[in-house]
Amino acid sequence: MSAFRTATGGRIDRSRVIEFEFDGVRYTGLAGDTLASALLANGVHLMGRSFKYHRPRGVLGAGAEEPNALVGVWRDEARYTPNLRATTVELYAGLKAESQNRSPSLTVDKGSVNSLLSPFIPAGFYYKTFMWPKGAWKSLYEPAIREAAGLGRAPRLADPDRYGNRHAHCDVLVIGAGPAGIAAARAAAAAGASVILCDEQAEFGGSLLADPTAEIDGQPAAQWLAASLAELSAASRVTLLGRTTAFGYFPHNHVGLNQKLTDHLDKPAEGAIRERLWQVRASQVLIAQGAIERPLVFPGNDLPGILLASAARTYLNRYGVRVGEQIAVVTAHDAAYQTAFELKAAGAGIAVIADVRADVDAALLEQAAGLGITVRRAATVLGTTGKLRVTGLVLGSVSGEAVQAGDTIACDAVIMSGGFTPSVHLHSQSRGKLEWQPALGAFVPGEAAEATLSAGACRGVFGLAAVLNDGAAQGAAAATAAGHGAGVRTYQASEAARHGGGFLGALPQPGGKPGKKAFLDWQNDVTTRDIALAIREGFVSVEHVKRYTTNGMATDQGKTSNMNALALVAATLGKPIPECGLTTFRMPYTPVTFGSFAGYSRGDLFEPVRRTAIHDWAREHGAVFEDVGAWKRARYFPRGGEDMHEAVNRECIALRHGCGIFDASTLGKIEVVGPDAATFLERLYVNSWANLKVGRSRYGILCREDGFVYDDGVIARLAEDRFHVTTTTGGAARVYAFMEDYLQTEWQDLRVWLTSITEQYSVIAVQGPNARRVLEPLIEGVDLSATALPHMGVATGRILGVPMRLFRVSFTGELGFEVNVPADYGRAVWEAIFASGESHGIVPYGTEAMHVLRAEKGYIIVGQETDGTLTPDDAGLGWAIGRQKADFVGKRSLARASMQTADRKQLVGLRTVDPAVVLEEGAQIVDSPGQTPPMRLIGHVTSSYHSAVLGHSIALAVVRGGRARLGHTLYVPMPEGDIPVTVTSTVFYDADGARLHG
Amino acid sequence: MLQIQCPYCGVRPESEFAYGGEAHIARPTDPSTLNDDQWAEFLYMRTNTKGVHAERWRHARGCNRFFNALRDTTSDRFLAFYRTGEPRPVLAGGKP
Repeated sequence: MSAFRTATGGRIDRSRVIEFEFDGVRYTGLAGDTLASALLANGVHLMGRSFKYHRPRGVLGAGAEEPNALVGVWRDEARYTPNLRATTVELYAGLKAESQNRSPSLTVDKGSVNSLLSPFIPAGFYYKTFMWPKGAWKSLYEPAIREAAGLGRAPRLADPDRYGNRHAHCDVLVIGAGPAGIAAARAAAAAGASVILCDEQAEFGGSLLADPTAEIDGQPAAQWLAASLAELSAASRVTLLGRTTAFGYFPHNHVGLNQKLTDHLDKPAEGAIRERLWQVRASQVLIAQGAIERPLVFPGNDLPGILLASAARTYLNRYGVRVGEQIAVVTAHDAAYQTAFELKAAGAGIAVIADVRADVDAALLEQAAGLGITVRRAATVLGTTGKLRVTGLVLGSVSGEAVQAGDTIACDAVIMSGGFTPSVHLHSQSRGKLEWQPALGAFVPGEAAEATLSAGACRGVFGLAAVLNDGAAQGAAAATAAGHGAGVRTYQASEAARHGGGFLGALPQPGGKPGKKAFLDWQNDVTTRDIALAIREGFVSVEHVKRYTTNGMATDQGKTSNMNALALVAATLGKPIPECGLTTFRMPYTPVTFGSFAGYSRGDLFEPVRRTAIHDWAREHGAVFEDVGAWKRARYFPRGGEDMHEAVNRECIALRHGCGIFDASTLGKIEVVGPDAATFLERLYVNSWANLKVGRSRYGILCREDGFVYDDGVIARLAEDRFHVTTTTGGAARVYAFMEDYLQTEWQDLRVWLTSITEQYSVIAVQGPNARRVLEPLIEGVDLSATALPHMGVATGRILGVPMRLFRVSFTGELGFEVNVPADYGRAVWEAIFASGESHGIVPYGTEAMHVLRAEKGYIIVGQETDGTLTPDDAGLGWAIGRQKADFVGKRSLARASMQTADRKQLVGLRTVDPAVVLEEGAQIVDSPGQTPPMRLIGHVTSSYHSAVLGHSIALAVVRGGRARLGHTLYVPMPEGDIPVTVTSTVFYDADGARLHG
Repeated sequence: MLQIQCPYCGVRPESEFAYGGEAHIARPTDPSTLNDDQWAEFLYMRTNTKGVHAERWRHARGCNRFFNALRDTTSDRFLAFYRTGEPRPVLAGGKP
């Protein structure tokens, strides 16, 4: 057993020795240890280097507040977790941890030169220093700073673990399972409320775990704790969540919990969930977060071996570890005395108790004298000695304003207490107000913004009996507020520690000047001099001082530093603390992994994928897919070694000469039904619908109220009161919502019902001169002849016995049909059509060929040609507007003068002078060659392809006053030079439409 | 995440809803009678209230019905939920 482990006591399992590794050195610890307690048991205090000055640092705390002992824990290369607090890493067999922010090792660190340079790199130095010479930022400063910045390193492989996510509701969520939280949970549960009790630690009990002599209701605290937890575990409406941190408090009593499930295990089971994110919606939240001890601020207060007194007590009583052989105590609070007495009883020497206060409780002084411990009153600390470990404490004495230098006390550890800061993090996160309590020297929760109560030390209640009774009362109050009336019980309790005193700010130094290297914020290396500098430079708001000095901005969120910094700012400005105000607390309380937030949403489950009924056929036939919204769409069907360009050329030519088959199932489809269906569409779309005959369809354009094109699609009238509306693939959901909006909120007089039928139908486009011959043998009850079913005709019938809506429409400019069949039959019908087409040269084609074919005909794609600033007329679709209509959505906006000016951007075609040049989509257009920036841009290319059928490139573009520029030469400036283009009609192929009507 | 009470379905998390902008802005019955300024007023101008704001919500992942809510924009508290077409409720204490 190591020299620093006590012979008895503690909550570790002395029968289970655990081997672990820190920085390549093998150590042993005990089951129940944290990495920090196990290292301390081996006499190791040096656990890290500080962020900025690379100063050697030991452990300061014993829990989540720890700013120094940040380690990387390596299970394997994919399971490397940086920046874990050694104080919260539970020891397991074979644990491998490494210190951070040092090179090559903790004891020899080249970065520690920063500490020597510290006079030159105070707060804000980087705002001032890296300004010149101009070019140095990119070449010199940024790479060097990037190398120096950040804490820890990311794992080098993808995270192989699973993370869970759960939603929960309860009457009362109790955060913190110390005495207050447990008493509260018992009270709420006894009233019949459903309760979730969570605690960040492996073991419930909070401060009781480090207080073996406390008694509750006449029994040892440990027994009371075990009995209380047994009672809560047995209660059916109580959920106990250990290793679970309430990290964020969101609106409407929505609290985020992070539960760690496997990090403490020797060998987690394969596939086990590592962490679970709980999203709890509680009708009442009861915060019992406790309080965190404040360090004292004096020169050299950051040497390894200097730690909080409460942490030393936890190491002693919970983990059976003495933090040193010869311990000096510096305190402004009574509780540290008890720690000193217990350490002395456990065999450690107490070199001195230096009390900052002049007046100390006589009983404590008497008790110290009885144990042979020297107490210095009205003391201050002027410095420390030691390099990698504290070796001495330089004391001083205070008399009025004067500070006298004193002697140096030899020691190998210093424990300190500036009193306790109530943890108001979650109350503050919930936007609750804070209230300054002068007697306590602390902020406590004030007016709540949510249905929140606090209990115990986190609201400034100290002393075991008071804390238990506060917990019981607040727990009952929370249950009552949640609708479960409860009586209030009381507890009898006693404990050895006393609660009184406290100190804020920096300990007095000679001449009233800030001492050297007196740290406020250990993790971000902020000293008293940095605060003084910030104020000298004019930063007087505490929020500005925080950002300039970075005090409280590290991963520990200033748990140990905020109050001392605030007090120092207030003292320097000569203002009372509450007038300076506290900086805002933000989530997360402690760092939360990305894995936890991602939960199940990764890999295949990252987002839903939509596949059509024909998807598998396309995949089996070699389709290359592209994402369109959440849909997978076949982009092209390469044969042999074809690249996309070759495949698309072949598909286009085959279609124009024979037949192509295309899966258009992703098109949005909305059935608009009711006696007022035609009126509804009349009011909504720019076109006329009242005169559309049953059995015919029309190309419709939908504008927003601002007059700009929003969506388009073919709308068919199946019956007097029934329309089949198609939308763009990406617009389906928003057009449906748009329609519902008008129907529900503006035109409640209309009797119309909307049904999304996008997924109910497979849509098979059969296009090309042979399309009719391919379909005819399969179709029953519909005459496909040009006279019976002309272009834009619609019919219902059957194909292979399957009910069908048949549209004679074309997005290619060829004779074309779109076969709509119930999606379950989609693939079967597709295969039958394909088989029928094989003697007619049918090819499957994808979205890429579809784009080329429609562009050859000048058909627009909403969202590609249009960008939310084009009117129907801008897009060359002015012909579609129902001029006789009194009103439609967008009509009034289109009447505005600015919507009709001649120099609006208008859709035109472009031909490159060199037919082989394919313009870049999105390229800008100018009207004269050789311009240099800033150029006068008159438009941009919206679509651009090589047309295999035409043998040259084609492009669509929007150009200012474009239609008046037909035949003009414009220029597309590119890095390689201007590309001359000629403005043409948007229709490149079959301008008179003969093929369409065939 | 806010909790929102759909007047048709009950209390649900915010993620089931879509925000619909300010409420009680009726589309003019005959827009052609409005001059450009009046039309722009309807189309673009919103109160951007600091305080109690009447706004539209749609239960997009539920019943898909639009409804209205009063929300205090300074605290993110909902003060009332009511159906489309119903008048804006008068809050206790006479706050508009």
